[in-house]
Amino acid sequence: MTAVDFNTILPEFLLAAFALGALMFGAYFGKDKTAATLVWATSGLFIALALFIGFGTEGERMAFGGLFTDDPFARFAKVIILVSAACVMVMAQDYMQRRDLLRFEFPILVTLAVIGMMVMVSAGDLMTLYMGLELQSLSLYVVAAMRRDSTKSSEAGLKYFVLGALSSGLFLYGASLAYGFAGTTQFAGILSTLGGDTPVGLTIGLVFMLAALAFKVSAAPFHMWTPDVYEGSPTPITAFFATAPKVAAMALIARLVHDAFGGIPGEWTQVLAALAVVSMFLGAIAAIGQRDIKRLMAYSSIAHMGYALVGLASGTAEGVQAMLIYMAIYVTMNVGTFAFILSMERDGRPITDIQSLNMFSKKEPLKALALLVLMFSLAGVPPMLGFFGKFYVLKAAVDAGMVWLAIAGAVASVIGAFYYLRIVFFIYFGKDGEPADSNMAPVQWLMMVGVAVIMVLGIVNLFGIEPVAALAAEALVR
Amino acid sequence: MDALLREYFPIIVLLALAIGLGLVLLLAAAVLAVRNPDPEKVSAYECGFNAFDDARMKFDVRFYLVSILFIIFDLEVAFLFPWAVAFGEISMTAFWSMIVFLGVLTVGFAYEWKKGALEWE
Repeated sequence: MTAVDFNTILPEFLLAAFALGALMFGAYFGKDKTAATLVWATSGLFIALALFIGFGTEGERMAFGGLFTDDPFARFAKVIILVSAACVMVMAQDYMQRRDLLRFEFPILVTLAVIGMMVMVSAGDLMTLYMGLELQSLSLYVVAAMRRDSTKSSEAGLKYFVLGALSSGLFLYGASLAYGFAGTTQFAGILSTLGGDTPVGLTIGLVFMLAALAFKVSAAPFHMWTPDVYEGSPTPITAFFATAPKVAAMALIARLVHDAFGGIPGEWTQVLAALAVVSMFLGAIAAIGQRDIKRLMAYSSIAHMGYALVGLASGTAEGVQAMLIYMAIYVTMNVGTFAFILSMERDGRPITDIQSLNMFSKKEPLKALALLVLMFSLAGVPPMLGFFGKFYVLKAAVDAGMVWLAIAGAVASVIGAFYYLRIVFFIYFGKDGEPADSNMAPVQWLMMVGVAVIMVLGIVNLFGIEPVAALAAEALVR
Repeated sequence: MDALLREYFPIIVLLALAIGLGLVLLLAAAVLAVRNPDPEKVSAYECGFNAFDDARMKFDVRFYLVSILFIIFDLEVAFLFPWAVAFGEISMTAFWSMIVFLGVLTVGFAYEWKKGALEWE
């Protein structure tokens, strides 16, 4: 290992060292009393590393002989992952403390998952990719089952584990086929070793890997675990599932198709387009019957993954840029929405029933307004930021000549708007009843209202994210 | 393409043999075997006793924990062995990689010890 290698993996190394140190500290000195401090310390470290990655490094570096890449694309994804994980953790702290769920292992497991995600988005080789994917997944299986005495949480953990293991198996099978036909696992070498035409086996391997990664982003038809896991896990964990891992897995798909299979876009754009169409429609239609807001958010995330895949399916640098912008906006919206879902309770017990939002506006006008903005944004109603996310991906599809895909996206978004607007209807015009309490810690309030403000103010220039995303996309698509 | 497929010919033969033989042995039991069940034959067998419980019972989760621990340290030795055999020729990077690996394992071990996972009662 040279100094260059070490410098390239410095953020991951620091996080890993921190996780090990925190584990020892928690086990020997603190026990669960220090958990809250640990949560804040971990979030602080995430933010510091995000600043370091965002501003501290430039250009493109390879480490460990091409196993690990550090380029603008990886840095863009890493910053989103770190910031969103930090936001979700500080939001979760109050909720978990009040319900006696906060163990000192929670921030450590999240840290390990984040290391896995950072390795995933930096992968330059199928081996690195798999290593990152497993580190992330194994940590997530454990946090899904964190509430050990609840059957639902255990069920969520087990379901997630079994289906996750299946998808890992699919991935490994695909990777072994790719290795068998290309003779290398390095992204840079997979296509260059072949003279011209693509063997069928390599295509089969590619499709297997894409199917496995579709499991991880919960794109239909590989979405079946999502509603159950979202519903069963404790709400802060659900908020975490809906944000950082989705960004990581989506960035991973982009890296795999462009870095390793960029020369044969015809082989994978059709697969991604099919996944995108099915996800968008399934997410929009299946969410209509949901009564539980966490299940609803699960279907909502399936639909959103469909839109992000539309960007990737266009197979251009513009498409990757649109996907990155979409994911950044999606994560921000979800942080805000989950800040509210975390606060929903009645007589001190958390509830997730949509009906309990009836006439919520009378009780808490400001929060109701913020929720209105968030729901409009999730639905993609024009003045809000969510609209611009959808606009970018659909525009990328049209520019790439996939007009049918853009039309399908627009139709699905109209269908999907129904269930978001129904929530708004309940809040403002619902039946009279006893609406839920909304018991928020200051930081949750800040997240929710802050995100709502971002959704409105962001339309000016998207906070300058556009050129950064373009730079990231160009680094990936050559 | 053909040349490539020919390289994998032995694997195909092996697969065909494995699947074929497996099927034959399984089906032979179904086709050829004499089947004459009576209650004594199909009941669970316990040496010297009448069966006093169903064979499907709950196991203490601690057995599982011990087996996981065993696998971890088993793998550790599997990694250490080639490293130790080649110790004379390896570089400093290889040496420190293994030390870091052992360090990470030790942290995990110390954690579960402190958590009481090794105590039987």
